[in-house]
Amino acid sequence: MRIGKDLVAAAATPVVLGILAEGESYGYAILQRIAELSGGELEWSDGMLYPLLHRLERLGHVDSEWRQSPGGRPRKHYRLSAQGASTLADHRRQWSIIGGVLDQVWPGGADHRQPRLALGLD
Amino acid sequence: MTTEKAPALDELIASWRDWMERRDALSIRDVDELESHLRDRVDALVAAGLAEDEAFLIAVKRLGSMDELSREYAAEHSGRLWKQLVLNDSSDTEGADASTGTIPFARRANGLAVALLLGVGAGIAVKATEFLTGEPELVVRNIAVLVLPFLAAWFAWRRRPPAGTLFGVAAAFAAVALALNLYPFDGGSASVEIAGQNSATAVLATIGSIVALWLVTGIVDAGGVWRSDRTRMDFLRFSGEWLVYYVLIAIVGGALSGLTVAVFASIQVDVMPFIGEWVLPCGAAGAVLVSAWLVGAKQRVIENIAPVLTKVFTPLFTLMMLALIVASVMQWNLVDGSRDLLIAFDLVLVVVVALLVYSISARDPALPPGWFDRLQVLMLAAALVVDVIVLVAMIARTGEFGFSANKTASLGLNVILLANLAWATWLQVGFVRRRVPFDGIERWQTGYLPVYLGWAAIIVFVFPPVFGFA
Repeated sequence: MRIGKDLVAAAATPVVLGILAEGESYGYAILQRIAELSGGELEWSDGMLYPLLHRLERLGHVDSEWRQSPGGRPRKHYRLSAQGASTLADHRRQWSIIGGVLDQVWPGGADHRQPRLALGLD
Repeated sequence: MTTEKAPALDELIASWRDWMERRDALSIRDVDELESHLRDRVDALVAAGLAEDEAFLIAVKRLGSMDELSREYAAEHSGRLWKQLVLNDSSDTEGADASTGTIPFARRANGLAVALLLGVGAGIAVKATEFLTGEPELVVRNIAVLVLPFLAAWFAWRRRPPAGTLFGVAAAFAAVALALNLYPFDGGSASVEIAGQNSATAVLATIGSIVALWLVTGIVDAGGVWRSDRTRMDFLRFSGEWLVYYVLIAIVGGALSGLTVAVFASIQVDVMPFIGEWVLPCGAAGAVLVSAWLVGAKQRVIENIAPVLTKVFTPLFTLMMLALIVASVMQWNLVDGSRDLLIAFDLVLVVVVALLVYSISARDPALPPGWFDRLQVLMLAAALVVDVIVLVAMIARTGEFGFSANKTASLGLNVILLANLAWATWLQVGFVRRRVPFDGIERWQTGYLPVYLGWAAIIVFVFPPVFGFA
């Protein structure tokens, strides 16, 4: 199943910040981690990650540093900043509200065939 | 086989790099980062059993389409490359130009025909008002109301803002025009005589109307999204570069006019009246539009000049202000200084803010703080000291002579600049110490624009009645 473009765009920032919260990382590894976490469902073209990382850096959510990879190639590493951590917490609150709403609006589980609306009617 | 493979991959990547580096939106460092990614991806695919050239093709494909990618980079690094965004607006027409050549005449050469037409319109508006009213000082007072609508029309043609924005801007122009012409400015004080205006509040209202309407015109340039920091910064960039072009045109125009007068004088024909009454006013009005067109069409030249200009003048201005501080401490007679001196100091501070804003707009946000940012801290600190000295002097003067329109206006401007510079210094120190992201500095300056607009509006609308139109 392909996830819609807008939803991917909306999820990109919290997902990337969340991965960097696990520890500092670089572009290719971040993409690998996303593929691994989503079972390959959440995907965008590889290049698009970098403008996003640059935006997060400009906003002060992440810091970056050029290092040598084990193979001796230069590699740009990104690290979550304190400000980025609080932004991530903020994103998390917002997403859990949305998740909570969707959970209530949609059928509860596999055994729950009929859709119900969370309007206090049922 | 293996001996051939390694150079083949390096060759492929070298040609890919070559291709990527031609994109203006990507810096060399960006391409380095993408190359590192590409090589990681190729390594993984080769480990999975693909040949290197196959792996390379897949890795490049997975990076995404180059156009989309460079557009994404351009959107993020609009400071590095706002030209791309400007040109993107008309990229469809440019494409048509290249392929079919059937684009409408108006859209060719970035709309030069429209810009020239509007420029002629601005010149005619100025001359027509002069003929209809027969009062040159009315033209001077209304100069912003006469010329800037044509600039707003140019932006409206380029950006197609929503109708609501256009109505709002038109209402602002109308309000300023009414205030400037219905207020009974009184030529009472014979001591003030600037450009045919003998009322201090009229002179102030003229200056205020230029500032206010320029900023209002920026709302049209922003295409309605004037709350965005990005579009505000783009308009600041536009303003700075527009000024550079306008000054260049003025210098060349002045030299050319002088030469014309001299040449005709040698054959005993006096063209001075023609130059003074027609070429100068129409040229000055039309050049507003031509400069605006140039900023849109020929940015590459200035892109290289803007950082150089700030880098040259920031150290010089810092030195000048340090000398000013030393001199004023040694003499300590600024309080007795004339009003002109205090207004000149105000202008110094305006230039400091302009240097700061302009260097912000030309700076690559991704770079870490360097020597130039530290120098700016020094410049800002010096400016703060100068501003405090000027404020003390001004308050002493108003205490002595009471509040006049001029003193109140320059005092207000000073307080506004002091607040700006104080917080800007705080942010700049934070940035140099890596506590504040560069974005914070940018947002402070763009967020401050409404304050200037507000003060200019007060000077236009409130000052004349409060100070009895004197």
